Amino acid sequence: MKFRGKVWKFGDNIDTDAIIPARHLTTTDPAELARHCMEDIDPEFARKVGAGDIIVAGENFGCGSSREHAPIAIKAAGISCVIARSFARIFYRNAFNMGLPIFESAELWDRVAGGQHIEADGGGGKIIIVGSEAQPLSIEPIPPFMQELIRHGGLMRHIAQKKQQSQGRK
Amino acid sequence: MGMTITEKILREHTELKELHSGMLINARVDVALGNDITAPFAIEEFRKAGGTAVFDRDRVILVPDHFTPNKDIQSAAQCKVLRDFVNEQNLTHSFEGGTVGIEHALLPEQGLVLPGDLVIGADSHTCTYGALGAYATGVGSTDLAAVMLTGEAWFKVPESMKIVLHGSLRRWVSGKDLILYIIGRIGVDGARYRAMEFTGDTIARLGMADRFTMANMVIEAGAKNGIFIPDAVTEAYVRERARRKWRFYDSDPDAVYASILDVDVSRIEPQVAFPPLPSNTRGISEVGEIRIDQVVIGSCTNGRIEDLRIAAGLLKGREAAPHVRLIIIPATPGVYRAALQEGLLEIFLNAKAVISPPTCGPCLGGYMGILADGERAVATTNRNFIGRMGHPGSEVYLASPAVAAASAILGRIAGPDSL
Ligand code: SF4
Repeated sequence: MKFRGKVWKFGDNIDTDAIIPARHLTTTDPAELARHCMEDIDPEFARKVGAGDIIVAGENFGCGSSREHAPIAIKAAGISCVIARSFARIFYRNAFNMGLPIFESAELWDRVAGGQHIEADGGGGKIIIVGSEAQPLSIEPIPPFMQELIRHGGLMRHIAQKKQQSQGRK
Repeated sequence: MGMTITEKILREHTELKELHSGMLINARVDVALGNDITAPFAIEEFRKAGGTAVFDRDRVILVPDHFTPNKDIQSAAQCKVLRDFVNEQNLTHSFEGGTVGIEHALLPEQGLVLPGDLVIGADSHTCTYGALGAYATGVGSTDLAAVMLTGEAWFKVPESMKIVLHGSLRRWVSGKDLILYIIGRIGVDGARYRAMEFTGDTIARLGMADRFTMANMVIEAGAKNGIFIPDAVTEAYVRERARRKWRFYDSDPDAVYASILDVDVSRIEPQVAFPPLPSNTRGISEVGEIRIDQVVIGSCTNGRIEDLRIAAGLLKGREAAPHVRLIIIPATPGVYRAALQEGLLEIFLNAKAVISPPTCGPCLGGYMGILADGERAVATTNRNFIGRMGHPGSEVYLASPAVAAASAILGRIAGPDSL
C-alpha cells in the first residue's frame, strides 16, 4: 500500500469547517464536496490538486465536528493520504471508515516543503522524500486488515464485500 | 515491557500476543450500545450493508433514553425505528416505558457491562464504564453499524496517562469535583487520544458512583477512555448484578505512561465549571455572586441514588428559592424506586422540585427544562457548551449534587457551607 504524490502543506488545528465548510453540508455527493474542499484556506486547492497528492499537516488535523463529510471531501478531491503530526480522534476514525488512509508522523512536517514529492509506504511503515538523501522516516504501519478496509473503500463497503465473499463460499 | 490495564484488556480481545500504543488493532466487542439519536442511522447503515441479523442478540443494547417519553413527532419516529429494530432482532435486553433509564447509568446498574469488557457505544459518554475496569469508548454510528454486523471494531491503542490521586477529600468534595478539577488542570484536549488511568490512595475511598462520575467526564478532557483498576469496591458492586463472568485486570508496575499527573486531593474545594467549557473551573470560594434561574440534578454524570441522597440531605426541611426551578431527574427506574422507598422524593416535593422521569432531557437541550435567553442554570451534567441546555444566550454551570442543591436553596451559585 504505497502512496506517491505532491505535498500540500497545512498548519495546526485544521478543523472540519476548513476542510469542508458547513454551508456545503446539504449534500453527501463526494464530487460536490470535493469541489469545496479546503476552500476557506485555499480557494484554489480543489482545482489545483492532482490525483494521488498528499496532505501534510501539523497537530490536531480534523478537529471540530464529527461530520463524515470531511474525509469524504478530501478523498474525493484526489488526495491519496493525509500525514499529520496528530489527528483529532473522531476524524481519525471517520477517515479510515470512509476509506481515506492517514498516518501520524512527528517529523515529516519539519522535513518537507509544499510541492515536494513523497512516497509513503503504509504496509512497510516508512516515508521517503523523493530526491532526498535523508533516511526514510518511520511511521506506524497499517496492518493488513486495515489495508483491506481501505482497498474496499471504507468500513461498511468492506463489511458488505466480506459478507458477499463468505456467502459465495457457502 | 510492562502493560497498562487498557493495553491488557485490548490484547485479550484480539489474537495478538504483542500490543503497544499506536497500533491499529481489530478487536472483539463484548457490548455494543446505541441510543435513540445514534441507533437509527446505524440501523440504516446496517441494512445498506446487507445486514439481516445482529452478531449477538445478547450483546447489542439499544436504549431510547435521550428523548423519551417521546418529546415530539420527529423523536417519536426515531424511537420507533429503534424499537422496531429491537423487536425484529429480538434483542435480549430491551427497554421501554418504565424500564428506560439513561444508558450509562442503566447498563452498569443492570450488570450488563462488567470489568474486563470491551464496550463501544455510539455515544461519547460510553467512557463511563471505565469505572468498572472495562475498556469503553464512544464511536460514530457507522462504527456501531459495523459492530452490530460483525461483533468487531478497529481501534488505535491509546497511550495512557496516569492520574495519581492521594490524600483525603474535604467535606462536600466528590468525584465530580475531582474530575472538574483535573479537567481544569489539563484542559479540554489535555488527554486527547489517551487513556486516563486513575490511581492513588484516594481511589479506595471512592464509591462506584464517584468513579462513574469521573470516568464519565474523561471525554471532556478529550480522552479516549478512562479507567480505574478494579478493587473490592468494584467486586461488591458487580457481584450482586452480573449474570455472566467478569475479569479484573491491573497495570504492570513497569507499564509505560505518556505522562503522570499527581494531585493532592486534600487541597481541592468543591468546583464549578463556568460556561462555555468544562475546563473553565473555579473553586466554590471564588465564584462570586451569580444569581440562577434553574438547577438540574440528574444525567449520566450525577443522577445516581448516591447523588440524590446528597441533594436530599441538604434539601430536607428547606425549599428551592422562589425564583429557581429545581428539576430532579433520577437516572434510572432503579434510582427512582430507591429514591421513593428512601423518602427522597417526598423531600424533593416538599422542596418544591419537579421530579422528571428518567431521561437525558435537558442535559443536551432536549426538553424537560430548556433555558431561555439570558437564563442561568447550575447542573450536575457534564457539558456547559454554548446553548447546551437551550438558548445560545443561556448559561450552564457544572457542579456536584451538593453544590447544585445548595445553589437551588440560595438562588445563587453556592456551596453547602453557605447554608
Ligand atoms: S445524560 Fe446527557 S451526557 Fe448523558 S447520555 Fe444523556 S445526553 Fe448524553
